[in-house]
Amino acid sequence: MIDRFNIGRRALLGGAASAAALGLAGGAQAQKPLVVGFIYVGPRDDYGYNQAHAEAAAVLKKMAGVKVVEEEKVPETVAVEKSMESMINMDGATLLFPTSFGYFDPHMLRMAAKYPKVQFRHCGGLWNQAKNPMNTGSYYGYIDEAQYLAGIVAGMTTKSGKLGFVAAKPIPQVLRNINAFTLGARSVNPKATTQVIFTGDWSLPVKEAEATNSMIAQGVDVVTCHVDSPKVVIETAERAGIFTSGYHTNQAKLAPKGYLTGAEWQWEKIYVDFVEAMKKGGVPGNFVRGGLKEGYVKTSPFGPAVSDAAKAKVEETRKGIVDGSFAIFKGPLKDNKGNTIIAGGTTYTQTEPVLEGMNYLVEGVLGATS
Amino acid sequence: MDGSDIGLWGVPLAMLAGAIRVSTPFIFVSLGECLTERSGRINLGLEGTLMMGAMTAYGTALLSGSPWLGVLVAASVGLMLGALHAALCQLPRVNDIATGIGLMLFGTGLAFFLGKPYIQPKAPNLGALDLGGWSSIPQVQQALQVNPLFLVGIVLAFALAWALKNTRWGLIVRLAGESVDAALAIGASVGRVRMLATAVGGAFAGIGGAFLSLYYPGSWNEGLSSGQGLMAVALVIFARWDPIRCLWASLLFGAAGAISPALQSVGVTQGYYLFSAAPYVLTLALMIATCSPARSLRGAPAELGAVK
Repeated sequence: MIDRFNIGRRALLGGAASAAALGLAGGAQAQKPLVVGFIYVGPRDDYGYNQAHAEAAAVLKKMAGVKVVEEEKVPETVAVEKSMESMINMDGATLLFPTSFGYFDPHMLRMAAKYPKVQFRHCGGLWNQAKNPMNTGSYYGYIDEAQYLAGIVAGMTTKSGKLGFVAAKPIPQVLRNINAFTLGARSVNPKATTQVIFTGDWSLPVKEAEATNSMIAQGVDVVTCHVDSPKVVIETAERAGIFTSGYHTNQAKLAPKGYLTGAEWQWEKIYVDFVEAMKKGGVPGNFVRGGLKEGYVKTSPFGPAVSDAAKAKVEETRKGIVDGSFAIFKGPLKDNKGNTIIAGGTTYTQTEPVLEGMNYLVEGVLGATS
Repeated sequence: MDGSDIGLWGVPLAMLAGAIRVSTPFIFVSLGECLTERSGRINLGLEGTLMMGAMTAYGTALLSGSPWLGVLVAASVGLMLGALHAALCQLPRVNDIATGIGLMLFGTGLAFFLGKPYIQPKAPNLGALDLGGWSSIPQVQQALQVNPLFLVGIVLAFALAWALKNTRWGLIVRLAGESVDAALAIGASVGRVRMLATAVGGAFAGIGGAFLSLYYPGSWNEGLSSGQGLMAVALVIFARWDPIRCLWASLLFGAAGAISPALQSVGVTQGYYLFSAAPYVLTLALMIATCSPARSLRGAPAELGAVK
């Protein structure tokens, strides 16, 4: 009953909006702006995942003929469907970016079926040409490349050889970051280990602080994380006087002494490409991936504690990743239970789909996925 | 033996450290609720008060540069929210549980709304006293970094227990909670007593919030409380309305919350979701162990929950 009333009201308002638009259409018809909708799962100024997207949305706002509408703190429930419907019907959005992992299935797919003329692009993966409609798609950056470089810095800076990783949930993207960071560290410091602690959810400040503190108690002296807002982890580590490596955006301001480097997103590159495609009358790509080479990810500027040797090693590896001569995941590679994951002689390039289903932790990681 | 590697001893030590670090907001909120409920009033809005306290404390510390001023402001905001709850509840036929839930949503919503500009900036921290200087083990030193508010909380628990038991003021609060008729007979104004107890209880919760944003984890954001205010209210029932037991229960919750990261950091990594649920499992287990049909609500103030 309530639902029906809602739809009725929405249709009514939509009708009213289009009537109003018709009335105004006289002069503005030629430059009807492209309306782009962004939906965030948390606050957009969280020093983390959502801020990285919001910074890119701010770049779009400056483009001529583009209007950006945003909604933050939208839970991964039917609430996001309502947000999408209101952006489509009330604001006239034709390109939507629901940025959080859990928005995709079933919420975004349901909306895509209902509004076939609207383009939906989801951040994080899972899009499948055989199963999903063509007005949907996914984009993601190979941030594990930046994590690998950050791991090199961590491995060359640590004194105890113990690195720490505060992670939210054991999903493939998170495991891939943990593994890349560890492989990077062990490429320069074979004895280094990464202690991983899973907190269980994307934003649990007290648990994150507690995880950081218990790793410090175990002698960890470089800590990084994969949670929505790294602020608490970075600040807690800085107060304890250990080194930190950032994630999502640049957190150097939070830890002027201990910040080494960090893995950052550069979504504006992807978003500007998508919007350009729409303005030319086309549609954005359905499955867009890129790393350091494409400029979708980058590392933070080095902090004061990073040695020249580490900087040189990072730049050398970065060159290899960009020109394609270096691959992060190659055999022989074992997981931390001793099983061989990638046989000797096999090299996976970043686009390899097997990597997007990663479900193991590599040798040198202390922790388990369940 | 290497001084930095204490192996499995790290787990009890981390639980002790966790109890010291995490329990303070529980202590303050549960003491506030304990005082309020002893006067015969339930305030479920303390989660909202906690968030408002955290936000205002962070904002004040940021703008003034003084974290202790932030604590003071948080206490005053808590006092006002408590007084608001008390005033609303004194209207005829108002249910204090419904009002409390309303104020919880109001407090969190208002804190999120007003707190927007404070998510990014970095406010000064309350700091800690190093009580572990006698030990050469870094983990012990780290565990015994104690925030003064934690010590204040302990003192407050004992002071409240003593005052409720031994002072005339405490007697009147208890009378208001146990028997309105008896309180009226000795000439006490039940309304005024409950108003004061609820307001002061709110102030305690505000201080708990200040601890969250200014010391541990020490920054303002919207996931800060994750229900700690609500858990603390439940702790009061678990502690049978006794301030000293509130203190122990809070410490137990803090320690239980530290189990999951502590075990993972020493290499016990299987089943961490289960360990994360430890505080709740513990509560259920203790509830079952301590409850019996014969004395199910012993210690509950008799006037509690009665709708006037």
